[in-house]
Amino acid sequence: MKQRRKVSIVAGACVAVCLAASAVILHRTDELRPQATLEDVLYLNSPKVLKRASLGYDGLLADIYWTRAVQYFGGRHHDSARSYNLLFPLLDITTHLDPKLVVAYQFGASFLAPPPPGGAGQPENAIRLMEYGIQNNPDNWKLYYDLGFVYYMNLKDYRRAADAFDRGSKVPNAHPFLRLLAAQMAEHAGEFDTARMMWSATYQNSQDKLIRQNAVEHLRALRVDEDVTHLQEGVTRFGERSGRLPASIAELASAERLTGIPVDPDGHPYKLTPEGRVEVRFPDDFPFATKGMPPGYKPQPKFHSQE
Amino acid sequence: MPAIEILGLEKTYLVGFWRKRPKCALSPLHLTVEDGEIFGFLGPNGAGKTTTLKLLMGLVFPTSGSARLLGRDWTDPEVKAQIGFLPEQPYFYDHLTAHELLNYYAQLSGVPAKDRSRRVESTLQRVGLRDIKGVQLRKFSKGMLQRAGIAQAILHDPKLVFFDEPMSGLDPMGRREVRDLMEQLKHEGKTVFFSTHILSDAEALCDRVAIIHKGELRGIGAVADLTSSVQSKVEMIWQGTHVPTSMKALGAECHVTGDTVRAIIDETQQDAAIDALRRERLRLIALTPVRTSLEAYFVEKLQRAETSAGKAL
Amino acid sequence: MNARIVHIASNTFREAVRDRVLYNLIAFAVLLSGAAILVGQISIEIEKLVVINLGLTAVSLFGIVIAIFIGIGLVSKEIEKRTLYTVLSRPVRRWEFIVGKFFGLAGTLVVNTFFMAIGVFAALFYVSHKFVRADALILVALYFIVLEFLIICSLALLFSSFSSPLLSAVFAFSLFVIGSFAEDLRGFAGMAHGFTRWLVTGAAYLVPNFSAFNVVSSIAHEQPVPWQLIWHNSLYALFYAAMALSGAVLIFEHRNLK
Repeated sequence: MKQRRKVSIVAGACVAVCLAASAVILHRTDELRPQATLEDVLYLNSPKVLKRASLGYDGLLADIYWTRAVQYFGGRHHDSARSYNLLFPLLDITTHLDPKLVVAYQFGASFLAPPPPGGAGQPENAIRLMEYGIQNNPDNWKLYYDLGFVYYMNLKDYRRAADAFDRGSKVPNAHPFLRLLAAQMAEHAGEFDTARMMWSATYQNSQDKLIRQNAVEHLRALRVDEDVTHLQEGVTRFGERSGRLPASIAELASAERLTGIPVDPDGHPYKLTPEGRVEVRFPDDFPFATKGMPPGYKPQPKFHSQE
Repeated sequence: MPAIEILGLEKTYLVGFWRKRPKCALSPLHLTVEDGEIFGFLGPNGAGKTTTLKLLMGLVFPTSGSARLLGRDWTDPEVKAQIGFLPEQPYFYDHLTAHELLNYYAQLSGVPAKDRSRRVESTLQRVGLRDIKGVQLRKFSKGMLQRAGIAQAILHDPKLVFFDEPMSGLDPMGRREVRDLMEQLKHEGKTVFFSTHILSDAEALCDRVAIIHKGELRGIGAVADLTSSVQSKVEMIWQGTHVPTSMKALGAECHVTGDTVRAIIDETQQDAAIDALRRERLRLIALTPVRTSLEAYFVEKLQRAETSAGKAL
Repeated sequence: MNARIVHIASNTFREAVRDRVLYNLIAFAVLLSGAAILVGQISIEIEKLVVINLGLTAVSLFGIVIAIFIGIGLVSKEIEKRTLYTVLSRPVRRWEFIVGKFFGLAGTLVVNTFFMAIGVFAALFYVSHKFVRADALILVALYFIVLEFLIICSLALLFSSFSSPLLSAVFAFSLFVIGSFAEDLRGFAGMAHGFTRWLVTGAAYLVPNFSAFNVVSSIAHEQPVPWQLIWHNSLYALFYAAMALSGAVLIFEHRNLK
C-alpha cells in the first residue's frame, strides 16, 4: 500500500511539473518562430494541389485558413505593420478551398487594396480575388459591389467601377442602389456624397467586425474632409470680405452664421491656426482623413473600440 | 510460519450504469495455509475463487483487509520472487516460442543469467513439453498452453505456488501428470494453493480444503475430517428385479439393471435392509460400504446455504 | 529495476517485430519507389521536392498509424488476453511495466523510421543523382518526426491504461489531428473572452502541439532550421511524453485488473 502511494505521488507530481514545463517551452518556441506556420503558404505554389491533398475536407481547411488570415491581418494591423505579404496567399488558398466563402472576398476587397498601413497595397490582387469570387458566385451582387468599390476607391478607375456596378445591378435580387451607383460614377464620382454612400453600403453589407470598423473610420474621415473643406472655403470668403484671417474659429463660425462652434465627429471643436489653416484637434483619431491634418503629419492607424 | 495468511480480505464491486450498486465478490475472508501443504480452494463457478487469487496477486485491490505471504505483506514486490502463479486459461504472447517466453519470465523473476537456459530447459521437460523448439505459442494446443502456464509458474523455483484451475484443458493423462507434479512440489517442500471446481482432484491431492460459495467461506478442514462428517452409506446388490416396499420405506435409492437391483442406503439402516431382503427371500449378492465423497459434503454445504438463504428471505 | 525495464522493452520490441509490423516497410518502399520512378520519368523540375514531401509525409503518416495501433495493443490487449497477469505476479512494479512498454514501442518506431529514412534517401538519389549539403536537413525533419512519434506513443499508452483498444485508438488519433492544428486553437483562444478564453487556452496547452515539428515544406525548399528550434522541440517532446507517461503510470497504479 505504501508503495502504491509513493508511486502515485511521484507520478502525480511528474504530471504537474512536466505539463508546466511543456507549456513554458511551447510559449518560448512560439516566440522563436512567429508565423512560421503561416509562411508555409508562401511555399504552396498551387492552391489546387492543397485542395486535392485535403482529401475532401476542404471546407474545414478553408475555415482554418480563413481564421488564420483574419488573425494574421488583425495582429499585424494592431502592430501598425507596413507589409502584409501573406494576406493574399492566405485569402487565395481560402477561396480556392471554399469558393463560396463570400466573407473572404469581401475581406480582400477591404484590406488587400488600400495602401499600408491600412491594407496590403495590392489592388491588382484584390481585383483578381474579386473576379474569382464573381466567377464562382455569379449571383451574389455584393461581390460586384466590392469589385466596383476597389476600382473606385483605390484605383480611381471610375469607368471600370461603373462597369462593375452595372454588371451587379443585372443580377436577380440585386440591391437597387447598384444601378444608382453606376449612374453616379459617370458624373459625380469624386464627390463626398458618393463616397459616403459607398462606405455606408460597405458597412451595411458586411457582418465582419474588421470590415465594418474600417468603414466607420472612413465615414468619420469623410465627415472631417467635408467639414474642413467647407470651413476652409469659409476662411477664404472671410479673407476676401475683410482682408484678413479670422481671429478664431468662433469668429469664423459667426461670420458664416453657423449654429455654434463647428465640431469634429468626436465632438471636439476644429481649430484655426495662425496661418489660416483649419485643423482637427487630435489628428490621430482620424487616420483616413486627408484634410485638416497638420503639415508633415503621418497617420498612425488605430481603431476606436466602439462601432 | 504459515505460508499464507488471509486477514479479512474483502472485495465489493460497484456495478450498474452509474456504478452505484454494490456487488460483493468476496466477503471478508479469513484463512490460513500452512507451510508445505497442498491446499484446495473449492467452489462452483463465480464463487470468488479467482477473485481471491487476484487479490493475493495484487491484480485487484481489496475493499478492506490484508494478507501475508511467506510472512511478508502481500503488496511487497520482493515477495513475488518466491511466488508462482498460474492464471485461469492462460494466454501468452502469440509470437514468442515457449523457450523465449520462459526466458523472458525468468529474466523478470530475477533468475541469474547463467542459470536461465538450464532452468528453462529442465522446466519444459518437467511439464512434458518436448520438441517445441522454434514453435510459436500461437500454434500451441490448449493443453500445451496449460503446460506452458504451469512451467512459468514453477520456473524460478518459488516456495509458494498458486494454481487457478490447473487441470483445465488437459486430457486424463495430462491431469495425471499435473497431479504427480503437484505431489512432487509438495515433496520439495513447497506450498501449493490451487482452486478448482473438480472435486475428485482435490480429494486425491489436498491436505486441506476450503469451500467457498457466493463469496463466503462455507467450510474448511482436512479432507478426511470433512468427508467423515457426512453420513456414510452402503451399497447393496441383490438378484432379481423386485424392490421390496420396506426398502423403499427405508429411503433407499434403487436402480434396476438387467437382473440385479442396486440400492444405496444409510449405514444405520443396514441391518433393517438385510432383514427386508431376507423376508422377501431375495438373494444378496454384495454389500459394500460407499466411500463418501467430498462431493457429498460439498453439495450438502451448498444446499444448506441455499436453504438458509431461502429461510432468510 | 533497470534490468526489468530493459527486458520488458526488448520483449515488446520482439513481439512487435514478430507481429510483422515491419512489413509496413514494404508498402512504404513500394509507394516511394513508385513515386520516385514516376516523377523521374515525367521530369517536371520538382522531382526532388516531390520525393522529399511525399517521402517525409509517408514516414510521418505510416509511423503515426503504427504508433497508435501498436501502442494501443500494448496495454489493452495484454489486459484482455491476460498476458499481464503472469507478468505482474512477478517482482515487476506496475510502473516498470509501463515504462518498459514505452521504450519497446519507441525503439520499434525508431528502427522503422531508420529503414524508411534509407528509403527516402535512396529515392532522392535516384531522382537527383547526387546529394547536396542541404539534404542533411532531411535528417532534421526525420528527427522531428521521431519526436512526434514519442509523443503519440506516450499518449497511446496513457489511453490504453484505462480505456478499451478501440476508444484508445480513437482518442489518440483525435489528439494527433487536434495537435496538428493546436497553433490555430491558441489563436482562437486569443480571440475569445472570459471563461471560454481560459478554457480554450488551457486545452490548447494541454493537447500536444505539433506545429513546430512540421518543417517538411520549409526544408523541401532548403530553408535552414535554427538550432534553438531543435533544442526547444527536443525539450518539449521530452516533457510532454514524460507527462503522458506519468499519467499512464498514475492511472495504471490504481487500476483493478478484472
